[in-house]
Order: sequence, then structure tokens, then C-alpha cells
Amino acid sequence: MKERNDDYSKRRTHLKKMSDEELKTYFFDLANKLVDPLVDLAYRNTSKSIERSVLLRMGFSSIEAKAIVNLLDEHNLLRKGAGHCVYKIAKTFNVSIRDAGLKIEDGTHLNYLVEVFNHA
Amino acid sequence: MLKPNEKLDIRHILDDLEHYTPKRKGWVWRDVGPQQIGPFVYQQASPSLKNYIPLMGAHSVGNIDPQPDSVITTEIASGRFEDDIRRMRMAAYHGADHVMVIRTAGQSHFDGLLEGSPQGIGGIPVTRKQLRAQRKALDLIEEEVGRPINYHSYVSGVAGPEIAVLFTEEGVNGAHQDPQYNVLYRNINMVRSFVDAAESKKVMAYGEIAQIDGAHNANATARDAWKVMPELLVQHAINSVFSEKCGIKAEDICLSTVPPAAPPTPDLKLNLPYAVALREFFSNYKMRAQMNTKYMESSTREATVTHVLNLLISRLTSADIQSTITPDEGRNVPWHIYNIEALDTTKQAMMGMDDLLSMVNLKDTGYLHDKKREIQERAVLMMEEIIELGGYFKAVEAGMFVDSGEYPERNDDGIKRDIKGGVGKGTVVLRDKDYMAPVTAHFGYNNVKQYNASYDNDPSQLIDGCTFEKHDMIQYIDELDETDNVYLRLDETEKYRKGDILKPEVEWLGDGTVVVDLFFPISKRIAEAAAIKTGQAMNLSDVEVIHSEPLHPSEGTRIQIKGKFNVDIKIDELTLPEEMKVHSEDEVFAYMKKHNVKVIAGTAGNDEHSVGIREVLDIKHGGIEKYGITYTYLGTSVPIEKFVDAAIETNSNVIMMSTIISHDDIHYKNMHKLHNYAVEKGVREQLILIAGGTQVTPEIARDNKMDQGFGRGTKGIHIASFILDKFKEMMDHDN
Repeated sequence: MKERNDDYSKRRTHLKKMSDEELKTYFFDLANKLVDPLVDLAYRNTSKSIERSVLLRMGFSSIEAKAIVNLLDEHNLLRKGAGHCVYKIAKTFNVSIRDAGLKIEDGTHLNYLVEVFNHA
Repeated sequence: MLKPNEKLDIRHILDDLEHYTPKRKGWVWRDVGPQQIGPFVYQQASPSLKNYIPLMGAHSVGNIDPQPDSVITTEIASGRFEDDIRRMRMAAYHGADHVMVIRTAGQSHFDGLLEGSPQGIGGIPVTRKQLRAQRKALDLIEEEVGRPINYHSYVSGVAGPEIAVLFTEEGVNGAHQDPQYNVLYRNINMVRSFVDAAESKKVMAYGEIAQIDGAHNANATARDAWKVMPELLVQHAINSVFSEKCGIKAEDICLSTVPPAAPPTPDLKLNLPYAVALREFFSNYKMRAQMNTKYMESSTREATVTHVLNLLISRLTSADIQSTITPDEGRNVPWHIYNIEALDTTKQAMMGMDDLLSMVNLKDTGYLHDKKREIQERAVLMMEEIIELGGYFKAVEAGMFVDSGEYPERNDDGIKRDIKGGVGKGTVVLRDKDYMAPVTAHFGYNNVKQYNASYDNDPSQLIDGCTFEKHDMIQYIDELDETDNVYLRLDETEKYRKGDILKPEVEWLGDGTVVVDLFFPISKRIAEAAAIKTGQAMNLSDVEVIHSEPLHPSEGTRIQIKGKFNVDIKIDELTLPEEMKVHSEDEVFAYMKKHNVKVIAGTAGNDEHSVGIREVLDIKHGGIEKYGITYTYLGTSVPIEKFVDAAIETNSNVIMMSTIISHDDIHYKNMHKLHNYAVEKGVREQLILIAGGTQVTPEIARDNKMDQGFGRGTKGIHIASFILDKFKEMMDHDN
């Protein structure tokens, strides 16, 4: 930030009269105001790491999760959720979650996913 | 079950790791409450351990080892996790119940998880195998010491959510997590950092993993650490409030706080108001008090004093977790001995300052209050300006953080990050309306309803449970690199593990590193060169100066060098001194009170050396007198006959003859003479004959007709213990 001298005594005028307790309440009001948009951002978005973490929880190894997420990302499918894609294949083709993921990893079902999700 | 007298078998730890499930999940606090230990009552305390190494001073007070109320942290990561496991066990004996492993350089920029057990630099590569092995070892160690041990590492970088999942699956109990750390110090894109952080935090909340934030890095980075105090409050607030909104309970949110200044600044005047300001604002959260690293150089003594002042602040305010910094951190990756020193410093200082606030008050008027209030107001003003600027991202873009001016002063030298820049830029993806993730502890929008509305609060039901409910779903990878793994490292050092060969070490088995402490009566530059030469002449290799401190510009310099000692010590070729049996002081006292033991003592023949014998006799030096044994001291150059005559005359049971001179085997001859004369007088059976001196060993004394001999390093308790045993034996014989 641009250089400026310490103008604390001028800036604090409106804080002077607050009790210690009021100051604390005000501090956390500001903190909430500052943080809310960050929480909302996280609520609406995902990332490769988040999607890989979902696949880990679904029983894939880190190596499998990475390969599957990279493929889904290349096909613009992370917006649907990597776990969702695996789940969709498992349901549609009546296979286990693991087999479904491995079939995505070897490329078998990618086109199907692109098709079904783009028409959804 | 580990046994104190047996080494931990690393290969056993590595066996069948594939099927190992951690015993428990979640953070554990100490069982805090007053403790009566020996004659003392401790207020800020927790139960003693089952197995422990107490402070050295405990030898005089019944070997007690009072434990403070705070969880005590030690940070361990030498690059080889298998060697770190041994250090963890030693640390647990000295009071650590929070073991933190530092990650290898570069791991935070690795996009994904590492696997196997490669060696690290300045830390270890955190992998599933490494975590599982260390957690398994700690599960054994915590049973050995009788207190749960919290295991901890870092959820940061561009693979945070995956690491959080890994930690939850593997029973990790604590983790650093703070998106601001990624943004400011790792230059990871800020949008990505916050999006990932929310998922990481939600997972950590499920795993009941205690979270430590990253604010303390600001004072390690800022030019004048004490000027960054208002910003520290802001950074703590951002992460704490964000974490709560992601699901972490306030009681699991720990603020990492370091007293920013260190001597020669007026330490307490700068640090105490800050500590009060912080604890007052953040009273809903826990405090993780860390020690100062910013002003550490190579002096371990100086670092220790700074750290004790930090502990004073903890005792004057509060510390739910008291972290320790090893005093050698200013000069190398911590060594075994310094982890233990830091733990002992902490235990010693905290229990020494037990219940301090029942005796002194912090003033709520004057300097302390005014300064505290000022720091808080400055923090509030900074928060106002961040919002005015348009929020957190705008403020970071403007370079508001880690500026060297004390807010609102600004020096235009803060860390600036572009919202479109950094590692992982542009990698965040907006979730569609039908986005879905069928797993437990997933943060944010999740359209489970499209498949089954009743699973909305339990998405993993869709797939009949995920790894958080079913541990056996986890895919375990053992090793990926045939040229860099724990088995190869174990094979290389196997000879040191078999128990017959030794080498000195500081961090890795068989590393051979030694330190030599030197003084040269000359200026620093020449002294350093002379020190290197000294190490080389001692046959050390890789000699380096690790500490150098002038005592005077020309009169002298203190130097410490390290080097490698390249000789294997074969244990079966060592001559081991006989182990002296020692009874507890209380036991000796009680026995001597009941039995009237009297001693005749002096130095034999033409021997004027009396220092040694006075030390084992006098109460002042901890001699036998201390245990209620009365003695008659005949002085120096006592004729041999006189020892026996005096014993008969005074009805004594023991003769302690000191014999220092060994010329012409005079000490052997004295022993024989003493024995023969006692036989001649018909009292040998009733007398305990003891010889002592620098050239005397137990074997030599017994070979020369004495009941026992004592050499260098003997203390009163050794002799008193022997007298007790021998006296008992003679009484039994009589009966």
C-alpha cells in the first residue's frame, strides 16, 4: 500500500467511546462481513483437489483419483462433480463404484458422460 | 506393548501396515486439574506419566515429574521418518503429547498426494505410508507413557482437501490450516486457496482434527515483528471466523501465537500487551502458544532464554497448547538432543511458574491496558479499511498484508498478490445446478436430492458409505520408487540396528555427527579457521563451524564445530565399569535410622589427599553423613593399624580407607594390610572394609581382600547403598 504516516489517533475517533466489550463485538461484526463472501465463493465452486478428495473418499487411490480428475477436467466435467460422474456410470451400467471409476480412467465411458451431461 | 528397556523395532512397525487402522480419531486435551505429587500440590497440572524421564533436579525430590496443564508440542522432521519415530519416543518420555511433523521442501506445491517413503529435505514427504507408520508407532508409545499423543502435520498447498481426507483416514489429530498462509507465503492463487480451504476445514471438522492457523508467519516475515501485531489479530479473525463457518467447532480452533519480539528489545513490554489483546478478543478459541524464531541465531543459550520469557507470557496469560522450538533451529534442522532440551525447558519453566496468577495480577489500568487497547483498535481500523477496499482479495492485491509499518502506518513493502496470479490460478470451477458428490464431509453446494432426497444430510448413503465410514475401502499404496524408500535406508544402517555396533548420532542412525566446544584466545576470524583445523586433526570429516561468539574482540572466541566421526564402536570391545547398585534416598534413610551404622574413615599411609573422601563423607557434599551414618574422621596419612584399632574402640562397623597414591602398588599393599590386621585382631568378620581412590575399581579392591572399592565419580549414596546391602547380608548371616 502507498506510504502513509501513522494516523491512528485521527482514525480512532469513532472507536474511542466504545467499551472493551463493544470494541470486541464490532471487531467480530467486521470479521463476519469480511468472511461471508469468501464462504459463498467456496460454496459455489470446486477444484481439482476437492474432486480428487471426493474420489479418495469413494475408495480410489491417489494415482487413480488424479488420472480420473484430469480426464474429467479435460472434458469440462468437473462442474458436475467427479464423484457424480463415477456415480452416474455405476448406476447407468450397473457396475460397482470402483469399476465405474476405472472405466472412466481407461476412457471407456468419457463420451457417454459428455453426452449425458451436456444434454442434462 | 513396548518395554522401556527394549528398543522400538522399526521393521515391526512397517510390517502389515496395509491393514493397520488407527486406534482413534480426534484431538485429545490433557486431563487438567490439581495434582498432589510427593509433598507438593500443583494447580496448573495434569496427571503424571507411567514412564518418563524427569528433570535432573528431580533426583533430590523423589524423581517426581509433574506435568503441566497445556498440551506440549515438539516438531520433528529430519527427512527420515523412521529415525523420527525413535525421537518421538524419547520426546514422549520428556513430556510431549503433540508431535508435529514438518513436510519436505516443495510438498505444498505438489499437485496431489505423494506416496511411499522417499527421503525429504528439511522435513519429510508426508505420505499415507509414512503417516500410518508413525501413527502406529505413536499408538504404541502413548500406551507406554500412559497418555494420548496427538499427531499433527500440515493441510496447506494445492492439495489441501486430499491431505485433509488422508489425515482423517489415518488418525491424524491436529493440522495447520490457513488459506492466508498459501496466499501470502506460498504464492498459491487466492481464490483457489479459499475454495480448497473450505473443503479441507469441513473434512477436518469431521475428523475432529484440531486446527492451528498460520498467522504467526507474519511476525517471522515482517521486518520489525512487533509492528505487525494489529495485523495478526486481523489474520487470526479471518481464519477463525471462516473456519467456524466451514463447520469447525470453536473449541477445535487454535490460534498460533508467537510473542513477536525478543531480547534485546524490552520483551515483556512489547509482547505482554499483545498477548492480553489477543486472548481478550479471541476468548472463544484456543491458544497455541509458539516460541519466537525470528530473532534466533546460533546461540542455543540465547534462544533458550528467549523461550523461557515466552513461557512466562504463557503463564501470565494462557496456553492451551504450548509449542516448543528447539534452541538449535537457528543453525540446523533440529537434532534429537535439542527437541528434548526444548521440552525440558518448557516443563521446567511451566511447572516452576505453576499457579503464578494466584500470586500476581496483571494490571487493568495504565500501560498494559492502554497498549492492549491500542493494538485492538488498530486491528479494528485495519479490518474497516479491508472492507472499504472491497474485501479480502482487494486488500491483498493492494499489498496491505505484512507491511513493515504498524497499521495504519504503511511503508509500501507489503506482500502483493494478483487475484489472477499464483500457483493454481484459474483452476477453480463453478458448480452446475446438478453438481453432486456422494461423500461425507463435503463442503458447499451438493445436489444429492436429484437422486435421493432422504440422503441430503448423508450423501455417502448413495454409495453405501465412503472411506470415512468404511476404513477398508482405502486403497493403500506401499512404495512407488525402488531407489528411494525406507527399506533401502534401513538396509544401509542395519549394522547399527543389530545392537553390537554404535556410532554417535544427532538425527539419523549412524550419522556420526559430533560437536566439539572450543575456545581460542584470539579474534573470531582466526579462531574459526583454527577450529576447522582442530576438527580435521581430530580425524573428523565435513568439519563446519556452527557457532562462533566473541568473548572479546582480541582476547578470545568461543566456537562450536560439528564434524563426522568415522569409526564404528564395537560394543563387545568396550570395558564397562561395574554398575553400582543404588537405593533410593528414602530407603537408605529409613534403614540407617533403625540400624546404628558407624564408620571410621581416613586416608591411608603417607597419603595427604583428602578431597575425595571428604566428598563422600560430608553432608554438605551429599556424603554418607546425609543418610544418618555417623563417622569418625581420622585425618590424612593414617597408619593402617589405627583404622582397625579405632573401629574396635568406637564400636564401628565400617572402615572407609582412601588410598590415592598408586606408586609401587602401594594401594594394593594397603588393602592387604588392612585386611590382615583386622583378621589378626579377630574382627574381620564384623567389619565392612571399603577402599576408595582415583585408581581404585571395585574389581581391584575385591581382589585385594576388601569388601568393596569405589573409584572416580562415586557419590555418598553409592557407598551408603553398599553399606546397607552388606550390613543386611551380615545380619542375615548372624541370624
